[in-house]
Amino acid sequence: MTIKVGIPRALLFYEYAPLWISFFNDVGAEVIVSDKSNKRILNNGTIYTVEDACIPVKLYNGHVLYLKDKVDYLFIPRIMGVYEKEYICPKFCGLPEVVKYSIKDLPKLINTKIDLTKSSNMKDAILNMGSYITTDKKRIISAYEKALIKYNEHKSSMKNTYINEQNEQIMIMGHPYILYDEYLNMNVIKKLKSYGYSCITPDNLDDDLVNEYANSYPGKIFWLFFRKMLGSCLYLIENNFFDGVIYISSFGCGIDSVVAETIERRLRRETNIPFMLMTIDEHSGEAGFNTRLEAFIDMLEWRKINENNISTHGNNLYSRENNIRGVRY
Amino acid sequence: MGTTYIPVKTILEELDIDVVLPPMSSKKTLELGIKCSPEAICVPFKIIMGNILEGIENGADTVFMLTGCGPCRFGIFHALQNEIIRDMNLKIEFITADRFSNLAGLKEFSARLKEASPKNNYLKIFNTIRKGLKILDAVDELQELTNKIRPIEINTGEVDYLDTNFSHEIRKVHGYDEAMNLIIDYKEKVSSVKIDKTKQLLKIGIVGEIYTILEPFINLNIEKKLGVLGIDVARSISASEYVREQLDFLPFVHSGKKTIYQAAKPYLEIPIGGHAINTIGNSMLYKKQNFDGIIHLLPFTCMPEIVAQCILPTIEKEQDIPIMTLVLDEMTGEAGYMTRLEAFVDLLVKRKDLKNEGNSLSWN
Ligand code: SF4
Ligand code: SF4
Repeated sequence: MTIKVGIPRALLFYEYAPLWISFFNDVGAEVIVSDKSNKRILNNGTIYTVEDACIPVKLYNGHVLYLKDKVDYLFIPRIMGVYEKEYICPKFCGLPEVVKYSIKDLPKLINTKIDLTKSSNMKDAILNMGSYITTDKKRIISAYEKALIKYNEHKSSMKNTYINEQNEQIMIMGHPYILYDEYLNMNVIKKLKSYGYSCITPDNLDDDLVNEYANSYPGKIFWLFFRKMLGSCLYLIENNFFDGVIYISSFGCGIDSVVAETIERRLRRETNIPFMLMTIDEHSGEAGFNTRLEAFIDMLEWRKINENNISTHGNNLYSRENNIRGVRY
Repeated sequence: MGTTYIPVKTILEELDIDVVLPPMSSKKTLELGIKCSPEAICVPFKIIMGNILEGIENGADTVFMLTGCGPCRFGIFHALQNEIIRDMNLKIEFITADRFSNLAGLKEFSARLKEASPKNNYLKIFNTIRKGLKILDAVDELQELTNKIRPIEINTGEVDYLDTNFSHEIRKVHGYDEAMNLIIDYKEKVSSVKIDKTKQLLKIGIVGEIYTILEPFINLNIEKKLGVLGIDVARSISASEYVREQLDFLPFVHSGKKTIYQAAKPYLEIPIGGHAINTIGNSMLYKKQNFDGIIHLLPFTCMPEIVAQCILPTIEKEQDIPIMTLVLDEMTGEAGYMTRLEAFVDLLVKRKDLKNEGNSLSWN
C-alpha cells in the first residue's frame, strides 16, 4: 500500500507547493492536499488554536484537522529560514509545536527542520524528509532535483508578466498565503479584474531587481518577507509602473504591522501612488471589504480623469487622513 | 526597559557623553508612542517610540538603543522608528548596538561608542563597558532582594518606599562610583527592613517576553502587586541574565542558557526566536523547584510567545502546575488585571491547602 502524505494547503504551501508535491510523489508517496480554504476549515481551526494567534495560523490548524484522519503522515516542516542571515516568522519555526499542542490524535508528523540560514545543510533535510517514505537515498536525491526544477520553472513563469500587460495594474502586497488564498483575501484578484484592473504581486517582479533595490535600504534587513516587500516598494517608487498599491495584512501579525507601515510611509513620502491597507481577521465581512475596494477604485478612476489638473506638487492630495486606517474588515 | 537604563547611563556618563534620560515610562509616554506607531504592533515598540519622543523633547540629539538581530522584531524596531521620526520632521541620530552574541558584535558596539565620544580610546571604552556590566548585576541583585523582602516585611510599604526613593535618586547621580555607592547603600537599607521569617509564602514564577517582564509600567507592577498579596515572586529573566546569555560565547561568562534549553527539551527542542524557549524551559524549572504557580506574560501580537502559549496548556496538565497567561496591551485595565491576579492567587492557596490536608491525612 502506498503511504499517504498530507500537506495542509496553508502558510508556506503557497510558496513551495510544486516542490513539495512533486518531491513526495517521486519518492513514492501518495500526496493528499487539503481542500481550498473555506468557512468550515477556518472555523475549526479557530476553535482549536489559542485566541491570540494570527488568522493564517488558525487556518493552518483548520487544514490539519481536515487531513488528520485521511493520511498516514502529515508534512509539517519546521522552517527556520531560507536564506543566510535572514529569518522568518517565529511561528514557522515552532509550527510543529503549534499544531502538536493544539490538536490531539494526529497522524505521524514529518517535521523536518529546514534551516538554510547557516550554509548548506539542505541535503540532510532532504534525506530526512524522504526517509519517512523510502530507504533509497538515490531516489530521494533525484526526486528532489526534479522537484527543484519544477519549482524554479513555476517561479520563473510568474516573473515579468506585467510588462506586456495592457490593463491598468494594481500591486497587491502581503504574505503569499494571503495573496493566493482566495478565501482569505476574499477574491480580491477576481474582483479587481471585474473592474478592469490587473493585479500583480511582488512575486511577479524579478528577484534580482527586488534584491538590488532592497539592498539600497539603510539598515539591516532580517526578514526575507520584509526584503521582498521593501524591494518591490522601492522599485515601484522609481519606476511608477502601477496605479495603486493594496496591502492585505493579517490582524495580529507582527511582521505585517512593521512592513505595511514602512511601505506606506515610503510611498506617501516619495510618490503619489495611492495606497490602501486592508486588514483581515476571522470576523471579516465581505460586504465591508467590497465597499472599501470600490471606494479605492473610484478614487483611482477619479484620479485618471483629473490627472491633467494635478500639479506636480500633488503629493499631498492623498493625505493620511483621507484613508481610514486600521479599520478591520 | 525597566532598570536597564542605569548601567547604560553609567557607561555613557563615564565616557563624558551627555545623557538625556527620557522620563520614566508613563501614561504620557505610551500615548505619545501610540499616536505615531502602527496600531497592531506590540506594546514594547510603542513605549520605546514614546521614550524616544520624550527624549527629543528634553533635548537629546542621539538615541542609544540596544537592538537584537534575533528572528524577532527588536531587530528592525529602529529602522521603522527612524522612518516615523523622519516623517515628523524631527532630527535624531540612532546609535544601535546589535546583540553582542559574537566578538564582531562587541567590537561594533565599542566602535559605535567611540563614534559618539571621539576623545576616548578603546581601552577606556572597554573598561567602561565592564563597569557597566557590574552595575547591571548590582541593580539586579538589589531588585531581587527587594522582591524577597517585600512579602515578608512587617510594616507594609516600607520596601516600596525605599524602592521609589531609589529610582528617583539613581537618576540624579553621575558616573560609576556614585551609582555603585547608591546601590550598595540601598541594599543595606532594604536588608535592614524588619521581616517576619516565619511567614509561609506561596511561590510564583514569572515567565514570558523579556520586555513585558522587565518594564513595570507595561506589566502594571506585577511583582509589587504579587508581593503585597504575600507571594514570593521569582522572575525568569533579568537584564543581567539576558546580557550574560548574549556574552555566553566568552569563556568567563556563564549563563543559565544550557540548563534552560535542556529543561525545555521535552516540549520544545530548539530555540524558535524571541524568548519562547526560555518561557518553556523556565516553566519546567519552576515546576522542578516546587513552585506553586506560573504566570506567563506576553504583549499582544507577540509572535514567539504565542508559540509558547500554544504549548503551555499541555505543560500545565502534564506537569500539574497552574499556569495563567496574561496578554498585555495598552488597553489592559488596572482593575480587571488585579481581579485576575487575586483569583489566581486564591486558586493557588486552595490547592496548597488541599495538598496539605491530603498529606496530613495520609500520615494517619
Ligand atoms: S508572519 Fe504574520 S501572518 Fe504569518 S504566521 Fe507569522 S504572525 Fe502569522
Ligand atoms: S518578542 Fe514579542 S514583544 Fe518582543 S519584539 Fe518580538 S513580537 Fe515584540
